[in-house]
Amino acid sequence: MLRDITIGQHFPGDSIVHNCDPRLKLVATIGYVVVLYACGNAVGVALSILLLLALYAIAKVPVKLILKSLKPIVPIIAFTGIINLLFYPGETPLVSFWIFNIYPEGITFAVLMAVRILALIAGTSLLTYTTSPTVLTDAIENLLRPLSKIHVPVHEFAIIMTIALRFIPTLVDETEKIMNAQKARGAQLDTGKLGQRLKALVPILIPLFISAFRRADELAMAMECRCYRGGAGRTQLKVLKFGKNDFLCLGFCVVTFGIILATRWVFPVIG
Amino acid sequence: MEQMLRAQNVRFRYDPEQPVWALDGVTMDVKKGEFVAVLGANGCGKSTLAKHFNAILLPEEGTVLVEDMDTRTEEKLYDIRQKVGMVFQNPDNQIVATVVEEDVAFAPENLGVPTEEIRTRVDEAMKMAGIYEKRKAAPHKLSGGQKQRVAIAGVLAMRPDCIVLDEATAMLDPKGRRQVMQTIDKLRAAGVTIVSITHYMEEAARADRVLVMSGGRIVMEGTPQEIFAQTGRLHSYHLDVPQAAELRDALEAEGLPAPKQIITPDAAADWLFELLK
Amino acid sequence: MSDIIRVEHLSYVYNPGMPDETKALDDVSFAIQEGDFVGVIGSTGSGKSTLISHFNGLNRPTSGKIFVDGRDMWAQGEDLRSFRFLVGLVFQYPEYQLFEETCAKDIAFGPKNMGLDDAEITRRVKEAAEFTGLDAALLERSPFELSGGQKRRVAIAGVMAMEPRILVLDEPAAGLDPEGRDTILSQIKAYHEKTGVTVVLVSHSMEDIAKYANRVLVMHHAKVAMYDTVENVFARAPELLELGLSVPQVTQIFLKLRQKGLDIPIDVYTVPYAVKVIRRLWQEKQRKGGGSNAS
Repeated sequence: MLRDITIGQHFPGDSIVHNCDPRLKLVATIGYVVVLYACGNAVGVALSILLLLALYAIAKVPVKLILKSLKPIVPIIAFTGIINLLFYPGETPLVSFWIFNIYPEGITFAVLMAVRILALIAGTSLLTYTTSPTVLTDAIENLLRPLSKIHVPVHEFAIIMTIALRFIPTLVDETEKIMNAQKARGAQLDTGKLGQRLKALVPILIPLFISAFRRADELAMAMECRCYRGGAGRTQLKVLKFGKNDFLCLGFCVVTFGIILATRWVFPVIG
Repeated sequence: MEQMLRAQNVRFRYDPEQPVWALDGVTMDVKKGEFVAVLGANGCGKSTLAKHFNAILLPEEGTVLVEDMDTRTEEKLYDIRQKVGMVFQNPDNQIVATVVEEDVAFAPENLGVPTEEIRTRVDEAMKMAGIYEKRKAAPHKLSGGQKQRVAIAGVLAMRPDCIVLDEATAMLDPKGRRQVMQTIDKLRAAGVTIVSITHYMEEAARADRVLVMSGGRIVMEGTPQEIFAQTGRLHSYHLDVPQAAELRDALEAEGLPAPKQIITPDAAADWLFELLK
Repeated sequence: MSDIIRVEHLSYVYNPGMPDETKALDDVSFAIQEGDFVGVIGSTGSGKSTLISHFNGLNRPTSGKIFVDGRDMWAQGEDLRSFRFLVGLVFQYPEYQLFEETCAKDIAFGPKNMGLDDAEITRRVKEAAEFTGLDAALLERSPFELSGGQKRRVAIAGVMAMEPRILVLDEPAAGLDPEGRDTILSQIKAYHEKTGVTVVLVSHSMEDIAKYANRVLVMHHAKVAMYDTVENVFARAPELLELGLSVPQVTQIFLKLRQKGLDIPIDVYTVPYAVKVIRRLWQEKQRKGGGSNAS
């Protein structure tokens, strides 16, 4: 069901990971992904995973959630794994069949790739688990603010993000309601050929679009009533402050990322 | 008493090509601190009238004044919208942010209120609307009544003198409706002027004054007692009376001396007790 | 009379195993007889919406069984869709499900899914439109041009056209003006009387339940709190109030009179009945000379 989607969900808490400045978290997540790929060796990747597990433990996010967020990407990992396994070149094949040769190098590379993708997803999930979407939007707006000087509509982008985040759950609920209503009228949504299935979507999509437009209309009016007039002259309830703790976190990230990256020059680089 | 809102001969149509007037000569006023209920069947023009009070719609003919400001004065637009807050029917479609307190802060943020003052205003508004405990919650996790109170708080954060509720309880369950009515009582006690457009006769029975609209005009005006005494006329405008008043009429038809001003269960019970004890 | 729906030890849990796990239905058992008009009341979150979506097979019970017309809905080999044609379900704000170019086509959506032939579909569309008081001239118009009340009728007609044995309606009058409410509910009542179809009406309005239903099912905290005739349920007005529900205004008046010390029945739930009782009391008092009336 639609409700099962957990990627992008927020789990409030009070850990240092939760309370750290969102701009730092955002930049650090990007940094983590870069380091994860740039280190290029097994020890580095292992350290990255250890770091991630430590952060998850500090943030007290249940392991069950990590597994749940990883579940939908298992097919992708399996697919890339098999491709890597089959096509990665090496010297002496371990197994050969038909036109394929599997080399030990291929196995290491495939495993490393798979682990990296998992770490990538788990790492970005940690960001969304510990940071509310609103705060994240604020962080993005804040980081991009210099761009508004060159007429990039940063505020507009941020408000669109906020409204999208606000309405996703509402529209998911609505979709489910409409689907149920049409099922109650005998619509068959999950059987039949592709063409039939696409046709079966019409009774869901049309009401959904109409409703989305109606909502947009009403929301626009409600925003007008609350004196909305774009980004100019706007103040904010919450102003992001880079505090002492955030400097400590920043230092921690620089050091740990540095160590992981340094492994590149100590241990053999794969791939 | 001073006037909060005044409409003078207001005419309005959605399509200037068609001779269909949504408002066809409305003259009315609302005094400061008053609670006015507007009743009328679907399509009678009551929502159109509501949207004239904060310059969402502008009259084609006639004038609408908020205190002394003509709603057509462009420079005064944001002063008008701050003075007259609007709450609409669908609570989902008026909440902008993903956290309650941030939504409540939306209007003061738009108005450029300094950060520290936004905090005070937001807390004050949430307490007034009775949703302070939910300040960190995500709006979609709230009940209808709670969401509607978030919407009210979002308007209160502008510190308006008047709140217009456009069928704000229509989509709520009885509990949600009670919660919103309690909030309205609190606002009334604080001196906020209230205009409530509603389909619920029981809600209108609590107002200081009731206006009945039909065909884009105001056709009846008076205290709830005066209005709900005229069952036949209300029916002719496709409206109803509260069940207590229905009982009153039925007893009167049986020859019992039922006084016309009975419109609430309490009043009916008091009278019946005197009659039957 | 026979049971058209029988629910046995039905339980349903939302999000099992998650932190927000909620028991929406907890060991619910009852039966609805064919031809009844059952009102379902309960506060939001009491489980009534979950219950009615089970009638239609939209939720699979966590445990327990549902029998419709004697058939076990979730038994092996049963065609779930056939139950959806047996139990017509009208959701809250059903006008939001309309999608066709014309009202007639939209009403025909259900019957078409049943695989009926064109002549039969046309007959049903016409009949359903009549039952809901929809003007025949509107049938060829787009549903999106209609007023809110008319859209609602189209949506209800769309379910009636499937000619279900049970018609389940969730707040069919929500958001309509007083006259719209009365008209739609009276039409449903007339349809019930004319066709003998069992009707299950979910409503927050006690006045409406009192006026139209002959039995009332009260849901509270995922369980059935009461299930009895209207008289018997509203006679338990103090209990209903304790459950956070309201009672019709006339019942409130009679409750207050009783609290003031009058010895009167409290199973009064409609205006005509209230008038009868009051008239009798008044006449009795007049016969006695009305001595105590000082005012």
